[in-house]
Amino acid sequence: MNAMVKAEGVHKSYGAVQVLKGIDLEVAPREVFCLIGPSGSGKSTFLRCINHLEKVNAGRLYVDGELVGYRQKGDRLYELKDSEVARNRRDIGMVFQRFNLFPHMTALANVMEAPIQVKGETKAVARERAMKLLDRVGLADKAGNYPSQLSGGQQQRVAIARALAMEPKLMLFDEPTSALDPELVGDVLDVMRGLAEDGMTMIVVTHEMGFAREVGDSVVFMDQGVVVESGNPRDVLTNPQHDRTKAFLSKVL
Amino acid sequence: MTASLKKSGPADTPPPGPEPEAIKAIPVRHYGRWVAAVVVLALLGLLVNAFATAKINYHAIPDFMFDSNVLTGLGKTVLISVLAMALGLVLGVVLAVMRLSKNPVTSAVSWVYIWFFRGTPVYVQLLLWFNLALIFPYINLGPIYRDEMSDFMTPFMAALLGLGLNEAAYMSEIVRSGIQSVDEGQTEAAHALGMSQGRTLRRIVLPQAMRVIVPPTGNEFINMLKTSSLAAAACQYLELLRSTSDIGQSTGATVEMLFLAATWYLILTSIFSIGQFYLERHYARGSLRSLPLTPWQKIKANLTSFSNRQSGGVRA
Ligand SMILES: Nc1ncnc2c1ncn2[C@@H]1O[C@H](COP(=O)(O)OP(=O)(O)OP(=O)(O)O)[C@@H](O)[C@H]1O
Ligand SMILES: [Mg+2]
Repeated sequence: MNAMVKAEGVHKSYGAVQVLKGIDLEVAPREVFCLIGPSGSGKSTFLRCINHLEKVNAGRLYVDGELVGYRQKGDRLYELKDSEVARNRRDIGMVFQRFNLFPHMTALANVMEAPIQVKGETKAVARERAMKLLDRVGLADKAGNYPSQLSGGQQQRVAIARALAMEPKLMLFDEPTSALDPELVGDVLDVMRGLAEDGMTMIVVTHEMGFAREVGDSVVFMDQGVVVESGNPRDVLTNPQHDRTKAFLSKVL
Repeated sequence: MTASLKKSGPADTPPPGPEPEAIKAIPVRHYGRWVAAVVVLALLGLLVNAFATAKINYHAIPDFMFDSNVLTGLGKTVLISVLAMALGLVLGVVLAVMRLSKNPVTSAVSWVYIWFFRGTPVYVQLLLWFNLALIFPYINLGPIYRDEMSDFMTPFMAALLGLGLNEAAYMSEIVRSGIQSVDEGQTEAAHALGMSQGRTLRRIVLPQAMRVIVPPTGNEFINMLKTSSLAAAACQYLELLRSTSDIGQSTGATVEMLFLAATWYLILTSIFSIGQFYLERHYARGSLRSLPLTPWQKIKANLTSFSNRQSGGVRA
C-alpha cells in the first residue's frame, strides 16, 4: 500500500540555522505516528512542512503519493500556485498547541467556516455536520459559546472538530495537550483515541508518553533535526537503543 | 447580576449565614477636595457670568438653528464627511494590504502615498485639487470619461478628493496596525484549513482587526466632521460653517452664528460617538466574556439592583 506521508531527506533551515537535517520516514494509512523529542529538535517545523506552511529547502515530501508544494515535470520542479497549495491543504487537518480558534466566531461557526468558505457547502449541510462533530467531541451543548467562554480543553476539542469538518485524510497534531491543565488533558486524548480507532491517519507530536504507548503504532524520536530512533512504541519507549533517547526518556517519564 | 450569580452557585456551597454586621466607621475627611471643588465652582461661576453679561444676542441661536441655509450646510457637512470617510476607508484598506504585501513595488507605492498625503497640510491638498484645472485643462480617462477639468472639479469633487485621499493615508496606517495586531496563528489556522489569502483576510483577519481599527476610526470621523469646514475656504464648498458665518455677516450676529455652528458640531459628534459605542460593542463579540452594557441596560441594571439592595450589595 502507498504511504500516506513519505519524507525523503527533508532539509529545512532558517537563514544559517539548520533545523531539519535530512528526515526520512514513512507513515502508512490508518497509522498513528507519534513524534517525540526535546524542545527545539524540529518537530513542529517538520509538521508544518507537511502542509506546506513551511517550504523545505531540500528533499521531497509526499502526501498520499503527491509531492507537497511542487509539481515535477521531467527533472524540473515547478512551485505550485497559492490556490493549488490551498487545495491540497483541505485534505490535511491540523491541530495547534495554542488551539488558534477564531475568537470572533462561536464554536459552531468555527466548525462551519471552512466547509462553507472553502468547499462552498450550504449552511444547512455544514451546520448539520458541525453539530455532529461537536457532539462527537462532547461539546454539542457549547455550540453557541465563543472560544473565550470555553476552557482550554474544550477549545482544543472544538479545534479538532473544526479540522475534521473538512473530512481530511490525514491529521497533524502539534502538542495538542501541552497548553492544557493536567485535568483537561484526558478529554482531548480521549477524542484523539476515538479518532485513531476510527482509522484516521494521525501524526502526533506529543510529550504524553502514555498516549504514545497505548495508541501509537510507531514512535519516532527526533533530536537536533535528525531521526535518532524509530519503531514500535513499546520497544522505543521501554527499551531505547540510543543514549540520546535514553537521556530524553529518563527526563520525561 | 447579583441575582444570577446566586442562582448559578454550585449546589454544595454552604447556605448563606446571617448577614455580617456592616462596618460603621467615621470616614476620612478630604478637606483638600472641598477646597478644590469650591475654587473650581467659583471660577466656573465667573465664566458663566462673563458670557451671560456679554453682548451676545442668545435668541439668534435658536432662531437660526433650523434656518434652511443652516440645514443645507449641515447636510453638506454630513454628506462630504461620510463620503470622504468612506473613500478613505476603502482606499485605506487597499493601501494597508499593499503596504503589507510581499511585492516590493506595491509596498513602496503605498509607502510613498502615505508619506506624501500625511506629510502635507490637508488645506494645501484641498487647494491643489480645486485648482487642478490650472495645470490640467482637460480630464481624459480614455473611453470612460472626458470633460473639461473645470466642469469635473466642482467644489464637491475637490472637497471629496482632498478630504478622502488625505484620510486614506491615515486610515491605511490604522488598518495596518489592526491587521498586524491579529495573532499569526489565526492566519496559519485558516491556511491549514485550505482558505485562500483573500478569504483569510476577509473572514478571519479583518473582523478581528476591527477591534483595533474602530476606536481610532471613530476619532478620524469626528476629526473629519470638523476638518470638512476647511473645504469652504479652500474650494468653495458651502458646508455648515460657511452657511452659518454667511448668516452672521448679513445679520451682524457673527459670534452668535459661530456659537450656532459649534452647537451643531457638538450635536453631530455626540450622535456619532453613540454610534461608535455600539460598533465597538459589536466587534467586541467573542473577545470579552461578557459584552459591556449599553446605557439602557445599565439603567435597567441599576434599577433592579436598587430594588434588590437588601439582598446583597451592589458590586462596584
Ligand atoms: N521562523 C523561524 N525562524 C527562525 N528559527 C526558527 C523559526 N521557527 C523555528 N525556528 C527554530 O527552529 C528550531 C526548531 O523549532 P521547532 O519549533 O520545530 O522545535 P520543536 O521540536 O517543535 O520544539 P518544541 O518542543 O519546543 O515545540 C528551534 O531552534 C527554533 O528556534
Ligand atoms: Mg513545537
